[in-house]
Amino acid sequence: MAKVLLTSGVSQQFTDGQTEIDIQATTYRQLLRELDKLYPGLGRELSIDTAVAIDGEIYQEPYLESISAGSEIYFLPRIGGG
Amino acid sequence: MTTNGNGLRWVGKRPVRPDGVDKVTGRAQFGADFTLPGMIVGKVLRSPHAHANIRSIKTEKAQALPGVKAVITAADFPELPSEIEQAGEVVLNFRDMSRNVMARQKALYDGHAVAAVAATSIEIAERALDLIEVDYEVLPHVIDVVEAMEADAPLLHDDLYTMGVEPTPDKPSNVAKRVEFSIGDLNAGFEMAEVVVEREFTTKPVHQGYIEPHAAVASASEDGLCHIWCTTQGQFMVRYYVSRLLGLEVSKLRVTPSEIGGGFGGKTVVYLEPVALALSMKCHRPVKMVMSREEVFRASGPTSGAHVWVKMGATKDGRITAGEAVLKYQAGAVPGAPIGPGCMCAFAPYDLDNVKVVGFDVVTNRPKVAAYRAPGAPISEFGVESVVDELAKKLGMDAIAFREKNAAREGTHAAYGPTFGEIGYTETLRVAKEHPHYQAPLGPNQGRGVASGFWFNIGGASTAALNVNEDGTTTLISGCPDIGGSRASLSMMAAEVLGIDVEQVRPTIADTGSIGYSFLTGGSRVTFATGMAVIEAANDVVRQLRERAAKIWEIDVEAVVWENGEAKPSGSNAGDFEPLSLSSIAATAGKTGGPITGHVSLNAQGAGPAFGTHICDVEVDRETGRVTVLRYTAIQDAGKAIHPSYVEGQIQGGAVQGIGWALNEEYIYDEDGRLENPGFLDYRIPVASDVPMIDAVIVEVPNPKHPYGVRGVGEVPICPPMSAVANAVANATGLRMADLPISPPKLLAAITNGG
Amino acid sequence: MVKTHVNMTVNGEAVEFLCETKATLLDVLRDELDLTGSKEGCSSGDCGACSVILDDRLVCACLVLGAEADGGNVETIEGMADADQLHPLQQKFLEEAALQCGICTPGFLVAAKALLERNSNPTETEVRYWLAGNLCRCTGYDKIVRAVMDTAEEMKGVSK
Ligand code: FES
Ligand code: FES
Repeated sequence: MAKVLLTSGVSQQFTDGQTEIDIQATTYRQLLRELDKLYPGLGRELSIDTAVAIDGEIYQEPYLESISAGSEIYFLPRIGGG
Repeated sequence: MTTNGNGLRWVGKRPVRPDGVDKVTGRAQFGADFTLPGMIVGKVLRSPHAHANIRSIKTEKAQALPGVKAVITAADFPELPSEIEQAGEVVLNFRDMSRNVMARQKALYDGHAVAAVAATSIEIAERALDLIEVDYEVLPHVIDVVEAMEADAPLLHDDLYTMGVEPTPDKPSNVAKRVEFSIGDLNAGFEMAEVVVEREFTTKPVHQGYIEPHAAVASASEDGLCHIWCTTQGQFMVRYYVSRLLGLEVSKLRVTPSEIGGGFGGKTVVYLEPVALALSMKCHRPVKMVMSREEVFRASGPTSGAHVWVKMGATKDGRITAGEAVLKYQAGAVPGAPIGPGCMCAFAPYDLDNVKVVGFDVVTNRPKVAAYRAPGAPISEFGVESVVDELAKKLGMDAIAFREKNAAREGTHAAYGPTFGEIGYTETLRVAKEHPHYQAPLGPNQGRGVASGFWFNIGGASTAALNVNEDGTTTLISGCPDIGGSRASLSMMAAEVLGIDVEQVRPTIADTGSIGYSFLTGGSRVTFATGMAVIEAANDVVRQLRERAAKIWEIDVEAVVWENGEAKPSGSNAGDFEPLSLSSIAATAGKTGGPITGHVSLNAQGAGPAFGTHICDVEVDRETGRVTVLRYTAIQDAGKAIHPSYVEGQIQGGAVQGIGWALNEEYIYDEDGRLENPGFLDYRIPVASDVPMIDAVIVEVPNPKHPYGVRGVGEVPICPPMSAVANAVANATGLRMADLPISPPKLLAAITNGG
Repeated sequence: MVKTHVNMTVNGEAVEFLCETKATLLDVLRDELDLTGSKEGCSSGDCGACSVILDDRLVCACLVLGAEADGGNVETIEGMADADQLHPLQQKFLEEAALQCGICTPGFLVAAKALLERNSNPTETEVRYWLAGNLCRCTGYDKIVRAVMDTAEEMKGVSK
């Protein structure tokens, strides 16, 4: 199981306020699919303008990342810069 | 060979930059310096109204003027649907971008482009602008962010419904988006608190203030092939945006970046480029457009003005128990204020269990904001760092000791969620505490302020090519404009890997037709991300050089090592051969397999978060309210400084921009929503006599994800200054200045009323 | 449009051209003579990017009319190096990284040269006030001021 953490803003929109969700997934893409099954629309929401922190490291482009059991996954707004 | 103590020959040294001589002799070509045969000039007609319906635009008279070659309005741009789209690395709504580039139906701010002409001379172009008849229906406007959020505020877009609230509102408003972050239990956190500070802050829109105005030359030929030469932070960004805005195939457009005279985020978008190309597509002459300084201020992106509310609580022994903030950021004419990062950065330097940050992205009748160093972060951090200072004072604790007690460290859950890896925040605090500046005595009416800052830094897509030339010198090609010395840092890293003299690496920045895709220069990513591509390309070249040596010696490649710029047998049983230098391998490359080139495209992940801590001394003139910065020290974790001079330069430049933000700079609008100060005389950026030396102290806590430990350095330095100055003023006067800028009239009024 | 016949010396070379009445010296240098080293940051005398020396006076080329400079002697950034030899200020700016983007650099160099010709031993305050008409948004001025003072120091050593 990986632990997915959502911002409270997103959780109010999609998960009835639940910010922590345990998901069985080995890849980032599988994770998104599983989330979308549980909360329709959430997968798409999280694939746009979002960066992902997997175990503390921020990936702007997480598409190919794999996920291990016990991973901690945060969805965050994407970051630009000056 | 000399190395600098850690086995590195170039990294950490200060060689003269490869493009330096061109830039001190006036030879370097910036945006406005480029010309083409047959070139004509383009000019933009801009709205004099902050908010108006455009009933009609009549261009016939302008078109008829001799010398006028093309006139365009929004009608010459394809009408794009409103949809949020992932465009390469950023998310955009091209309809909004199109409307910012050329007003459609409505003018949304003073200075908004409504039409453009191309003519054989500037005089004719300007006369033609006068002949364009625009029928405006002036509408009520709104500039202030709080006013724009009110229910009866003038509405900029009747199809804008707040995103991020459930259920989606059934009425449009100026609030484009609401975001919220929270961890822990805020109420419990505040219940634990023995001291609570709560305060409201405002910041004004400020401009990036690059000295070089936007400039572009565009040429469209009869067969539909197009070329743009312009000053930009990203030639690939220009290529994609302009293609989308004008409905071109990406491959038909080539973009060549000029040298760039400052950007700070302000050149990460397009303004003139699509307009110049649209004009050229109409008349098939090269069209040159250069903004005046007034246009730069009126129509290119400043940063958000904002309203910030912060509440924090702590126990008597100095532990912060809760932090809460509400951030309202102006986006300008179309949505897109940097509210997400603003929220995430607000409390990032601290190890907090209970946090809640709510942010709003609000449209107002001002130019659309563009990125400005650490976009969004300086505003929220100004509020938080001011409140942190007040808390420390209430607790009777030293400002640095209080921060140390609550500082984020490796393993801390960042206030925005994820766990920090190796970070250097506490290092910057330690260095600050021990710096002689922190102990130096102060005189009457003087005060010292401390503040910290945070920025994530980013990686992203980059391409680098490294070609070995016939004589063993090398050419390093990359796709990110060099805005502050990145050619130097990139060639140093290549030289380091190759083990050759840095002078033997000749860097060039290529156009979009000559190198693979690279995301733009921004977010402090070039030395990190393009640097990774350069290092990998150089490693690839080394691998090939070893292969060539192995072939020459007829031994196994595993038996060849590359050391100090030479191939050597790995040991005595590999054979007894004289080392082969890069130049000797290059000389025979034709015989051993052809040219030697390394080429790497990657999408760099793992940018290292960076922290800084600044110390600022001010003196307040109680008669005039004028604040003078007497001494300034800026400490920052750079991970690893490849070329320390340019790291210091980023820190010093960012700090002074922040001082300007704190003390002088602001957009001033009149009652009609017209910008009153669109020039350097009235929009006053710091000059040499306004500031002291900025002592930049580099701390190096390496980023484990980069071969040399690089983190980005360009963003963080603008985060602490506003609160460092405000905290210093508070210590000098006892007055907490919560509204920026802390200009003399404002401070004088506060002194008169309360001091 | 009426044009004025103008003669002047630019970096030691005699030039001659027809000048539009409205054209500034900066327009003339950049557009007529292809000397694009002088930059335009504001065209209102506020940024100093267009600094040139006209008859031994430091001026903003954007505030002087081309026709006004008739008969004048103009020195620009392009004339600062002596053949292969960079001016000591140029050299110091490079060594001390006193430029980042480099757009302000020509103006600062010309202004600093004018300063050192008047005052070979300026204090930090004198340097800062002399250069207060030149804007730099990248460097925070620190390295520019140091480079000017270090050049003065070095030139003193040489002339002793
Ligand atoms: S362009 Fe002349 S002073 Fe700015
Ligand atoms: S170096 Fe960029 S403005 Fe001075």
